[in-house]
Amino acid sequence: MRNHEAFMRMRQNDFRARGHAAWWAFLVHRISGFVLALFLPVHFFVLSQALSRPAQLNDFLAWTRAPGVKLAETLLVLALAMHLAGGVRLLLVEFVGWRAEWQKTALALAGAAALAYALLFALNG
Amino acid sequence: MSGARFAASGTGDSAVTPPGAQTGVRAAAWRFVLQRASAAVLAVCVVVHLASIVYAVRSGLSAEAIVARMHANPAWPAFYAIFVVAVAIHAPLGLRAIADEWLGLRGFVFDAVLALFALVLLGGGLYAVGALAG
Repeated sequence: MRNHEAFMRMRQNDFRARGHAAWWAFLVHRISGFVLALFLPVHFFVLSQALSRPAQLNDFLAWTRAPGVKLAETLLVLALAMHLAGGVRLLLVEFVGWRAEWQKTALALAGAAALAYALLFALNG
Repeated sequence: MSGARFAASGTGDSAVTPPGAQTGVRAAAWRFVLQRASAAVLAVCVVVHLASIVYAVRSGLSAEAIVARMHANPAWPAFYAIFVVAVAIHAPLGLRAIADEWLGLRGFVFDAVLALFALVLLGGGLYAVGALAG
């Protein structure tokens, strides 16, 4: 019975922790990092075609201008910007110092910077 | 906080390092240092990369334009080579933490798979830089 109570309390704490802004930042950092890691080998392969098969690369680049692909590309760029902003925040927390009152501001700034860049990318050229 | 305490967070070692296992703690500390050092390098590289993406798209993205930009200044291939090395360290360590903490995947075989992934990123990335700058 005591174990059950402890378990329920742990679950409650778990859910409370997940409602926290920093937990969402952690989740976004992990998912964006995972997506970027999977994308990198494809990115390197495509770029390596530039000199040996420029026509194929140009066809591929033309394909990336299709609306659906452009949207996926924008989400990828957003993932990169979010991973950067969230990573800088983590480095600051770990090596400069942690202040409870700064956390929400830091998270808001990181999210805003990433979204602003993704918007710039989406509307650019 | 001590290095060992830090090493257990976000590097996939929370459940695998028994107390007193010096080798495991040392390896975790190395992973921690490599993950953060590569992150610091990547922070600079990604800012430059994001700026160059906007510039490249604005000035017309084509195979010829990418190659011309890489030939314009030898600093570009050197920059991207550093970028690739940092990402080949950072990405597998990040995947290791995710696999360990979320999927329970750990051990020698999985570390070997991640080492292979690091080599694919390093080899593929440096090959791409060489192909663009060659």
